[in-house]
Parts: sequence; structure tokens; C-alpha cells
Amino acid sequence: MTERYDVLVVGAGPAGLSAARAAAGHGARVGLIDAQARGGGQVWRHDVVRAEASSVPRALTRVIARARVEFLAQTQVVAAARGILLVEDTRGARSLQTAAVILATGARELVLPFPGWTLPGVTGAGGLQALAKQGWPLAGKRVVIAGSGPLLLAAAASARSHGAQVLGIHEQASAAAVLRFAGGLWRWPSKASQALRLRAQLAGIRYRCSSVVLRALGDDRVRAIELDGPGGRQQTECDQLAVGYGLLPNLELPQALGCDLENDGAHPQVRTDDRQCTSVTGVFAAGEICGIGGRDAAVVEGAIAGHAAVGEVSALQALQRRRQHQRAFAAHLQRYFALDSRVLALAEPETLVCRCEDVPLHALDGHLDARSAKLATRCGMGACQGRICGSALAAMGRFPRGDLRPPFFPARLATLGDTNFPADFNPGGVSP
Amino acid sequence: MSGERVSVQVNGIAVQIVSGSSVAAAIAWLGVPSRRSVSGQWRAPLCGMGVCFECRVSIDGVAQQRACMVPVREGMQVRTDD
Repeated sequence: MTERYDVLVVGAGPAGLSAARAAAGHGARVGLIDAQARGGGQVWRHDVVRAEASSVPRALTRVIARARVEFLAQTQVVAAARGILLVEDTRGARSLQTAAVILATGARELVLPFPGWTLPGVTGAGGLQALAKQGWPLAGKRVVIAGSGPLLLAAAASARSHGAQVLGIHEQASAAAVLRFAGGLWRWPSKASQALRLRAQLAGIRYRCSSVVLRALGDDRVRAIELDGPGGRQQTECDQLAVGYGLLPNLELPQALGCDLENDGAHPQVRTDDRQCTSVTGVFAAGEICGIGGRDAAVVEGAIAGHAAVGEVSALQALQRRRQHQRAFAAHLQRYFALDSRVLALAEPETLVCRCEDVPLHALDGHLDARSAKLATRCGMGACQGRICGSALAAMGRFPRGDLRPPFFPARLATLGDTNFPADFNPGGVSP
Repeated sequence: MSGERVSVQVNGIAVQIVSGSSVAAAIAWLGVPSRRSVSGQWRAPLCGMGVCFECRVSIDGVAQQRACMVPVREGMQVRTDD
């Protein structure tokens, strides 16, 4: 069964919602695909416990409810080729044909290995926020937040609003860097007001700079952590540790479609022109996959991509000024929250790096690329397909992540059998 | 907590939870991990957003489902590793 669209948008976060609205506004038939049950992505994730908390702005939901946008929830792209996506949802697999694709696959957290990071109770920082918004119980729990970047503040505020006792926020960047970051925020008033709001919500919680979690301690779950900061090393008992070292673009789909990447910042990102066109005709990209720049950059880039994907270019010039302004924030963020070399060297030889296949760091010694490591140790061959360990090892300077072949997510056998997979979907590239 | 509640079975034990919650949250209310790793370690969710696959459980007889990506449904049967 094949359905046809004018535009398929992958990812229903700020960039994807904005793109769908722009494209549908010109009368295009738009499909908006998301792996979650609800739209909003990570930053606008619906809070099931505190429904009044941040959610998708009504301006975006209203337009999408009215316009010609079909929301394909709990749907994952399993394989992709030019003009065609193989998707799987709760009912089964389908091939979707489209004239244009807008990739808005967003970001995930960089979680770096350290001793004890596999213990239950250790999550990402944004990870804890996502779990809490989906009903994960935090009331009365002693929570430590650590890692790097403004997301730590948002994670701490979420944890507190769900009843957690936040013991402290530990930022790896120096106090001088954090102050310079905050001092430059006046150029982005919405960010500055967000920072002030978070500061008020976090009153009384310690914020420590140059402070790093060295290890998590516990038997069957985390019971305590060891911190290293300006005051020396100390152990703290806790029930949850939420640690994230910033965000990484989700590049699996753009890479599979053959989009060129660039290394503008700390991590690879999709290269686009000022109309959000990637190097592949008919494939557009917007938001975090073009470089971590936050919600406002994503919204404006999504709009540009949505207009451009249906060939409407008259609205673009005004949007491009806004885009440049928001992209300057991305550079600002990256500059002051650059990772200190010590957080890249927390893993000990026995620390498991690949959590799916339980491969310790020492097993990777002597392997110069992901393929060699994979063949010898199974590192990156588990269910997450190297999304966690591959990104961590690249950040740690070991080797870049290997190429991903379809299926991009573990898929049902029926999905692979019912369709022309893999005939339609050349592994690792675009069909001729 | 507010909102309508649904009841799911986690390892045969009834858990009442706010509608719209994830299966991962229902498991956390019971206080058990989600899976055992290939070398036998207990694991629980790491990323909360469908990336890490640490929260894999069996839902209504279908194995290897990511608990953080599936909203609870009345009467759902969830089984973690034991």
C-alpha cells in the first residue's frame, strides 16, 4: 500500500510543526510523522501530570488541526530512498511517497560513559525531564542534576515541579564561562526571560560550576555519587542522577538519504543552504539537525523549509534575518558550554561503553574505526544501533560512528517482508 | 496528581496511573528495573525518548517494546525481565 503526499515532514517538534504549518498553508498535502504518540517533540512534550506546563503553542496546534496536515503518530521511518519512506506504526508497515521530504528529526542527549552510568536511577538530564512529563514518579526523590548546558536548569525545574528534592546542579563549564554566556543573553530576549524564569523556579538549589560526576555508586541501583569540583571530591547520597552533556543532532535519516554533513561545531550536522535545502534535491532539513540552536531557531527554519518545499519563496527573506539571529545563539551556546577534556575521560577500562552488548572500554583498545570494533567486540551492534555508544565514542575522540543501514530502528519481520524491502531501499544510500 | 487514571498489570501486579503516562512510568511506580543486560546487569531507562533501548519490556505479549514510547492503556499487560 502506497500513499502519496506533497510534503512529508519527519519529526513533530518545533521545526517539524512549523514546517508542516508553512507547507500546508500553501495548500500542499502534508504528512507529519512522529515516533511519539503526541506532537511537540522534546521541548514541547506534553506533561501528563501537570497539563498546564509547557506544551505545544496553540498557534501551531490550531493551524495543523485545520490545515491539510495528517499527523502520523507512533510512526517510525524504517528505511528511506528518494521520494519514498518505509514507515512502521502500531498497525504495520506502509510505504509513503512524496515530492519533498523535510527532515526535522531533532536532537538527542550526549550521555558520556563513567563508572556506574549503567545503574538504574541514572538517566540523561533531558531524559529525566521526558520521563517525569510522562508520569515517572519523582515526588520526594533526592535528585542530582549534572552535565552541561542550559538544559540542566530546565531539567532541574521539571524535577522540582514534579516534587523531587533537587540536591544540586553540577555544570562542567567554568563559572567564568557561564557568566559570559548569561551576560550575552540580552541579544535574545526570549532566552533571557526564560533564564530569569528558571532562576526564580530554582531558588535555593545550589548551582556548582566546574563540577563533574566522577562515578555513580550502588548495587542494584544508584545510591550515591562522587563529585569532583572546586572544593575537592565528595560523595552525596541520592535516588536519581540525571546527567547530560548537551545535545546531538539525530542524523540517521539525513545520512541514509545521502545528505552532506558539515562539522561546523562540536558535532556533525546537516549542511543546508539558506532555504534549508540539503545537498539532495527534494530533501530539506530544519532545526537541531542543522546545528543545536534551540526552539526559536527550529521554528524559523521549519517555516523556511515548509515554504521552500512547495516552491513559495516570497516569504523567505524576512525569515532569513530571524534565522541568522537565532543561529548566532547556537554559536553563543556552543562557545561557552564547550566540554572540558576531563568529562571525555571519565570512563575507566572496565566501564561498559556499549550498553546493549556490554562492551567495556578496554575491549576497544587498538580499534581505529567503528567497523573494526564492531566485528571484534559487537560494540554498537545492539538494539540502539550505536546511537548511545557511537555518539559517545566519537565525542571521546575514539572513532566516528559507523554507517547505519536500514532498518533504522528494530522493525517487525512483517514490515520487512510485506514491502519491497530492501529492493526499494538501497542500504546506505539513495536509489539510482 | 490529577487526571483520569488507568490500571495496567506490571508483572501481574495492578498499577494505577494517570492516563497518558508511559509504560516506563508504570514500571517505575512499581519500582522495578526494565531488563537484564546481556551480562545479567539490571537496567532501567536512560534517555526517556526512544533512543537508548534500555527500557525494553514485553507489552501485551509483544517483546522488545520501548516502555518510554508506549502510553499506558487500560488492562495492558506489561512484563519486565526477571
